[in-house]
This record gives sequence, structure tokens and C-alpha cells, in this order.
Amino acid sequence: MTAMIQLVGLEKTFAKTIKAVQGVDLSIAQGEVVVIIGPSGSGKSTILRCMNLLEVPSVGDVYIEGQNLVDKATDLDLVRAEVGMVFQQFNLFPHLTVMQNITLAQVKVRGRSQAEAEAMGMQQLERVGIPEKAESYPRQLSGGQQQRVAIARSLAMEPKVMLFDEPTSALDPEMIKEVLDVMLQLASAGMTMVVVTHEMGFARAAADRVVFVDEGRIIEEGTPEQIFNHAQHARTKDFFDKILHH
Amino acid sequence: MTDISGQVPGLSASGRRSEDKAWWEEFPWWGTIIALVMVGMAIKIFVDEDYDEAWSRIWPGVWLTITTTLYAFGIAFGLGLLAGIGQISHNVFAHNISRAYVELIRGIPILPLIFTVALVIVPDLTRSMGLANSVPTKWRAIIALSLIYGAYMAEIFRGGIQSVPPGQMEAGRSLGLSQRQTMRSVVIPQAMRAIIPPLGNDFIAILKDTSLLSVLGVLELTRNARQFSASSFKFRETYFTLTFIYLVLVIGLSLLLGQVEKIMTKDRKGQR
Repeated sequence: MTAMIQLVGLEKTFAKTIKAVQGVDLSIAQGEVVVIIGPSGSGKSTILRCMNLLEVPSVGDVYIEGQNLVDKATDLDLVRAEVGMVFQQFNLFPHLTVMQNITLAQVKVRGRSQAEAEAMGMQQLERVGIPEKAESYPRQLSGGQQQRVAIARSLAMEPKVMLFDEPTSALDPEMIKEVLDVMLQLASAGMTMVVVTHEMGFARAAADRVVFVDEGRIIEEGTPEQIFNHAQHARTKDFFDKILHH
Repeated sequence: MTDISGQVPGLSASGRRSEDKAWWEEFPWWGTIIALVMVGMAIKIFVDEDYDEAWSRIWPGVWLTITTTLYAFGIAFGLGLLAGIGQISHNVFAHNISRAYVELIRGIPILPLIFTVALVIVPDLTRSMGLANSVPTKWRAIIALSLIYGAYMAEIFRGGIQSVPPGQMEAGRSLGLSQRQTMRSVVIPQAMRAIIPPLGNDFIAILKDTSLLSVLGVLELTRNARQFSASSFKFRETYFTLTFIYLVLVIGLSLLLGQVEKIMTKDRKGQR
């Protein structure tokens, strides 16, 4: 069976000298929930952003269901429609209502009618728990609500994979839970997810596999139990020491 | 309540506070002054026979001034949008052509450019294309103004587009929208908000700069004024009246643009 996502020998160098990612191989199966953790600046977001080619790799290949995104013959827009992405800063379109945010790509990329797109939009808004906000503008919502709309916007495309780039890092503490709850529900529904986060509680509860990244390399990976309780590598232990003990 | 007067709280015995402002402190006196000046000028023009004569000789040029402004603004808008997007394009050809156009035009004063475009470039182009008929003076003038303001507007469009956070483009692309679709549905509508006020300024600037076209012999307001004053020697009456007409046009246009701006930014007030 082909992996849902496969990274082969991935390297990313910024400005010719800064090596953000240096040789990452990672294979993610369908339905798997993978949480990527690591110190800030370790390259975990860059790895995630390579998965839909928002960041173009310097070396290596990125496969989504066997299709190499680095290959110029691949229609990136078609693949990206299958790979949802949720950003730290939400990136909702501020000039459009919540519903318009959710229907735009459905109509233009999936070719759905406005009515179909709105029905799907409503379904996803109910899923994230804010159907009453359909006609609001993003600025009228709290951070947690905005992030849930961003998730609904991605889900409405019926993607095969969801990428989350620090989805709760820009949120006030009291709003983190409402977003994590939606993500937990998504994980238990069988969605393939790759999540970059500092929320260790979420990793424990939802991850099939935790990947620890430092200095652009995968240091170790395993089940949450293995990584959190029986880390093999000194750098992993050191990381947990820093974040768990004040 | 916050003390915004900049004084240390507690030292201000009179309690200088923002809501204490008297009506006469906030009244737009400047508008009253302009209105009074204009009414005074209008009375002078319609009471004094010599001024009235100047008016009747100059005023017929107003339509040419207005149509030239509208055409030039429309064409410059299109050119500016293309060159503005071109400047930030990753396409090497589009990027360099746009950049060269903008930098060249902005490096030359307007008056010499008007001469060069209208009297050298346009005739040379028509000749090289083997066209016998020369372009009418009015259109040479419009082409010159459009080329000049297209370059100025390109900078406005570029700045407006770059004021939209890159995350907007990323969000659009991650949903599967193409670069072009994201530009049209996501980036440009947001850029317009930042672009409308400076575009309005350029609209007014074009209106004023049509007066420079008098050097080409376009029979707009200033040309009419120069002809009348040269034959009648009534310089005072002529330029007083000409000034008045421009003032009416420019203030009228800026009031109109103020309304347009209000309408176009209405549904997105206080965003972000």
C-alpha cells in the first residue's frame, strides 16, 4: 500500500546557507495521526510546509499518495485540494464572511454549485460547533472561533490529509481547548493528520506516532508512550526537561 | 478616562480632557474659509464684465479637460495594475519590463515627458507601423498622461498588494486555488482598501496636470486662458477665472472621491 505522505531525503536551505531541514525521511499511512514536536527553530514547521509544497524543498522528494509534488508534471493545485492546511495565524480571508470563506475554493476548485458548497459549509460549521457564525466576518469572532472556521474551511474541501501548523500557538489560553477538541474529534473520525504543536496533552491523547525533530533532523520517533516516558536520545530528554519542569 | 493631553495626571488642575473640547475647536474652519473664498471669487466673476468675458472664453474647455482626465485615469489604471502586478511577479520578463517602465517614467519630470511622448514617441511609433494618419493631438496628450500616471499607479498597486499578508496567498494556495484565482478573489480585493485613497489622489493630480497639456495645443481650460490673455492682455481677469474653475473642479472631485471611498470601505470598517 502506498503511503499517504512520504518524504524522501528532504532538505531545505534558506538563503543558500541556513539549513532548516537536513535529510528527513518520513512515511505516514492513511488514517495515521502524527504529531511533530521539537524546539522552536528546529525545522518542524518547514517540514510540514513541504508536505503541500508551500515550501519548495532544496533536495528530496515529497509524495502524496504516490504522486511526487516536486515533479513539474504534477498539478499542484489538484493535490493541494486534497491536503488541507490550518495555520498558526488562521489566515481567514477578512473581506469575506465565514460562509464565503468556506465556499470560495469549493466552487472554484471543486466545481460545486453555490448551494452545494453552502450545504457542505453548514455541515462543517456544525461539526466545529459554530453554525450560527456563518454570516459573520472573521474580525467579529474570537481567536478560537476563527481557528475553528479555518478548520471547517479546509474540511469542506473533503481533503485526504490535514496539516496543522501550530494551530493553538496564537490563541489565548482559554480558547485552546475548543480547538483541540475539534482536532481530537477529527482524529477519532479517522482523518490522516500531521500536527506541529507544543500541546503535549494533545500528542498523548491523539497521536499514533510522535516525531521529535531537532536541528532539521528527526532525532527519534515512536508511540507517545515511548517518546514521552522512555525517550532514548539525550536531546529528547533534554527537551522534555525544559518544557516540563519550571 | 485617559488624559490624552500629555500632562502628568494630577498636575492638571483644569482637568484637560478629550471630551472637554469646545465646538469651535473641532469645527472645520478650513472648509468655511475655502467656501468663502470661492463664493467671493464667483461673485467677482459674475459681476465684473471683464471677468465674465474671460469666463465665457475659458469655460468651453472644461469638457476637454474632464474627458481627457477620465480617459487618462482609465488607461493609467489598467497600465498601473498590469505594471504593479508585473513588478512583484516571479516571471523574469514581466518583472523586468514593469520595473524598467516604472523607473524610467518616474525618473523624468512630467513636462519633458509630455513633449517626448506626444511629439516624438507617438509619431515615431505610428510611422514605424506604416500608418499615414497621425494620431489626433488630444489622443497624444491622453497617451502621454496615461503612460506617466500608469507608472505612478503601478507603485500604488504594488504597495497595496504587498500590504496584504503573505499568509493570505498561502491560505488560498493551500486550498487548491491557483495563483491567479487567489490574486483575484483574495489578495486584490483586500489590496483595494489600501489603494483607494492614493488612487483618488492620482485622479485629482491627473485633473490638475491636464493643464500641462496646453503646451501641446489641446484646447482645454489652460490653453483657452492663454489664448484669451494673449489677445486681450487681460491677464489678471484670465488667471483669476482659470484658478476659480480649477478650484471648483478639484474640490468637486475630491468631495466625490470622499463619498466613493466611504461607500467602498463601508462593509469592512475596522477590519484587522
